This record gives sequence, structure tokens and C-alpha cells, in this order.
Amino acid sequence: MTITGFLSQLLQVAIALALAPLLVGWVNCCRAWLANKRAPSLLLPYRMIRKLFAKDAVVAQNASPIFRLTPYVVFGAMTCAAAIVPSLATDLPFARAADAIALVGMFALARVFMALAAMDIGTAFGSLGARRDMFIGFLAEPALLMVLFTASLLSGSTSLPQIVDTLAHREIGIYPSLAFAGVAFTMVSLAENARIPVDNPATHLELTMIHEAMILEYSARHLALLEWAAALKLFNYSCIGLALFVPFGIVVSGTGWQLLLSAAPLLIVKLAIGGAALALIETLSAKMRIFRAPEFLGTAFMLAVLAMLVNLLLGA
Amino acid sequence: MPTLTTLPLWVQIINLLAAILLLLAFAMLAQRRIVSLIDLYAWQGLVLASSTAIVGYATGQPHLYFSAGLTLLLKVALLPWLLHRLVRQLDVKWDVERLINVPTTMIIGLVLVVFAFNLAVPISQLASTVTRATLGIALATVMLSFLMMITRRKAISQVIGFLSMENGLFFAATSATYGMPMVVELGIALDVLVGMLILGVFFFQIREQFDSLDLKHLEKLKDSE
Repeated sequence: MTITGFLSQLLQVAIALALAPLLVGWVNCCRAWLANKRAPSLLLPYRMIRKLFAKDAVVAQNASPIFRLTPYVVFGAMTCAAAIVPSLATDLPFARAADAIALVGMFALARVFMALAAMDIGTAFGSLGARRDMFIGFLAEPALLMVLFTASLLSGSTSLPQIVDTLAHREIGIYPSLAFAGVAFTMVSLAENARIPVDNPATHLELTMIHEAMILEYSARHLALLEWAAALKLFNYSCIGLALFVPFGIVVSGTGWQLLLSAAPLLIVKLAIGGAALALIETLSAKMRIFRAPEFLGTAFMLAVLAMLVNLLLGA
Repeated sequence: MPTLTTLPLWVQIINLLAAILLLLAFAMLAQRRIVSLIDLYAWQGLVLASSTAIVGYATGQPHLYFSAGLTLLLKVALLPWLLHRLVRQLDVKWDVERLINVPTTMIIGLVLVVFAFNLAVPISQLASTVTRATLGIALATVMLSFLMMITRRKAISQVIGFLSMENGLFFAATSATYGMPMVVELGIALDVLVGMLILGVFFFQIREQFDSLDLKHLEKLKDSE
């Protein structure tokens, strides 16, 4: 482990923690602009998190320790994921501990705890949201794994830094498998981050919400952590997408942390474009019925498997 | 770390078009509306025509231009136009009834693709063309179209499945041997056209007899219940 690697690791986690709410704010801004409304402040998510941290937490009387533990577990899992995903540099000491499959496991851990906590209180909405989330999760996870396997096949390793290293230094060419995998990944991340075709992040209509229903019972610092974790999840997914499909500009191992400061602005530009694209997708599509979700995610799975098969057949 | 080998640009484009062809076959499998199905068929023809033209350009075989032009004329313009007219005249827009639901069809389709790819590997090793890798995709397209014919009930969607199967065969011929002789190609094109016209007449007969285009009525042998 080099000192530069350690520094880049620290800087990357710090940037992820700091920028995640900004990304959410930016997406909300873009959505408002596209809907011809006046946009809320970019810093609104920060203010909300600060406000929530200052309040006193209210916890239901019959809540078990799982309920109190969940926000920390979810936040921790998302921070860990932010340390594994090579968003700025590929020489990450921490990334050796976990590969792409473990990363999916990290997301699954967060999901399981969220579902347990939602069912813990025993309210109807909590268990309803938990069931729906698990329903979507079990459809989205295989598709996500298939996308990661396609990238692994191309680079011959399941370790994310090595995948990104190979993809960033490939020769320019047309890769049909990566195109398929990219579309599949977009669909999966829409579903996983509770964005519009599957779930509406802005809704408070009880019958349709999924993610919101699960965190309905949380307040104050717990809610703040969960909101922050949700923002981090969106940030992580965006970074995985950028690292796999637009890896250009990610700093290679051991090039010093001055270059890291040149990779960071590039990441911000890419995230801004990605966030605007997300807002565009959300504005253009309507939320679908929950029972259409299997078809949506089935298509994503099919595309991801096709990507892998095409990759095996054509080698590209 | 395996290196990502770079093929010549035209082979890459052919590979991309082959992948799009496979995707279109899946889209046809999942499509519920007959009008969109016809449009997808036209797109398939366009992809096929451009890939044939590119192979012709890259390998310096001018007769492939003719077959690309023939494909463009027949499969992108004439046949979709005929089908659209038929749909308008018969007034069928939807194909709601299918034997298996969409996700299951997709899974079966994926299994078929794996099967086709495995089947194509030994064959494509015998072929000497640069585009031989796409033979698997051509075979998969044939099988997916076949699956579409099996799972649909309406006569029109079955005919579209048949036509797209012919597309797959055509693509197989291009990728394995750089195209068939001109006489064969003209013969097939004529066959497809005449077959389409005859089937169009058939549709009207079927509907006149049974008041529906659902082919399950044809399974009954007797007129009276």
C-alpha cells in the first residue's frame, strides 16, 4: 500500500460523501427546469440533512434494536461501496478487499436491513414497502450481476479497479456488448434508486410509494442518515456507470494526488451530464404499475445476458 | 490481462449490426402491437441491407450491392407496405392472445440463443470469411423467429415471423459465404413476394370462414360442434 494510494482512497470517500447530496439536488433542479418550474436551491438536500440532524429523534415504543441500527448499517454499507467503486483513481488499497460481486452484496446487505427495519415497527405501509422493495431487488440484482460479468469478461477480472483499468485503456472500437450492458445498467439503476419508471422519489402518495414507505417511521438523525445513504447510493450507481461505460479520465495507479485533483473536476462534469440525463429520462417517462416492473427488469436482464452472449460470440 | 483485440472497422460495424439484428428479433418477440411488429420487420430489413452493402463494399463483390438493393426494395419498402395495407383492411391492431406470456418467452428465447451460438461454433470454424462469427447470431435470429411463429396465434404475426426467419437465413448466407448466387437470391425474393401475396388472400379467406384471424379455429376438423 502506497501513501498516494491511501490518500486517493481517503479523498475519494470524502468526495463521495460531500458530493452525493449535491447530485440529488442537481437532479431535482434539472427535473424542475424540464417541467418548466422554478428550481429549488441546489443546496436543499444539505440543508435538509442539517435540519434533521438538529432535531430530536422519535422512535416507536415497540421498535427493536434493528430499527435503531439500520440507518448506521445502511450508511456504512454505502460508504464502503463508495470506497470500492473506482470513481477517481484505480489504485485503491481498500478495493482489494472486495470485488464486483461483493459490491452487489454490499447493496443487498443495505436492502435487507432496510426491509427488516421497515417490517420491524409493524405498520402496514412499512411491510408493504419492504415487500415491494424486495420484489424489485430480486429482479434487479441478477441483471446488475450480469452487467458486471460482461465487463469482467471483457477485462478478465472481477476486481473493479482492474476492469476500469482495462476498459479505460482499450483501443477505440465498437463494442456491441458494452452498449447492451450500458442500456441494461441504466434500467437497473433506475429501479434500484427508486427513480421514476419504477418508483417516484418525490411521491408521498401511500399506495404507490416503495422507498418512501420503508422510511416512513424514521425521524431526525436516523432519517438524515437514510436520506444521505440514498443520495450515496445514487452517487455510487452513477460512478459505477461512469467507470464502466465512460472510464476516460480516471487516474491510473500511482500517479500522485495532484492528478487526482484533475480527475475530480472531470468526474463532476460527467456526473452533471449524467444527472441531467437522469432528469430527462424521468421527465419523459411515466411511472408504471408495480406489476409491470418484472417486464421492465426482465428486459434489463435479457439485455445484460445478450451482452454477455454477444461478447462470448464476437469477442467484442 | 487479455488484450481487447481490434478488428478492422467494417467487421466491427458488421458485428454491431448483427447485435442490433438479434436485439430486433427479441423486440419482435416481445411486441404486442401488430403495427409495431411490421415496423420492426422493416427495421430488420434495413439493418440487413446495410450489412450486406458493407460486406459487398469491403470484400469488393459488386453482386452484393444488388442483393442489398433488392433487400431494401422488397423488405423495407414493399412488404411492410403490403402488410400495413393488409392490417388496415383486416382491421387488426392488437395481438393480445399469445400462448406464453412475455417474460417466459424471453427466457425461452435466451435459451435458444445459447443453443444457436453453441451450434454455430463448429460450423463457423469451417467457414473462411471474416464475418463468420456472426453466423451464430443469424442462426439465433432464425430460431427466435421460429419461436415467434410458435407462440403467436394470429395469422399475420405468424407470417411476419416467417418473413423474419427468411431474414435470418439471408444474414446467415452473407456471413458464412458472402452471399448466395444471384439466381438463388432472385428466386427467394420472388418466392417471398408471391408467398406474401398468396397469404394475404388466405387471410381474407380465413376471416370470411371464421370471423377471426385466430388460427386455433383451423384446428377443428368439423364445421358443427
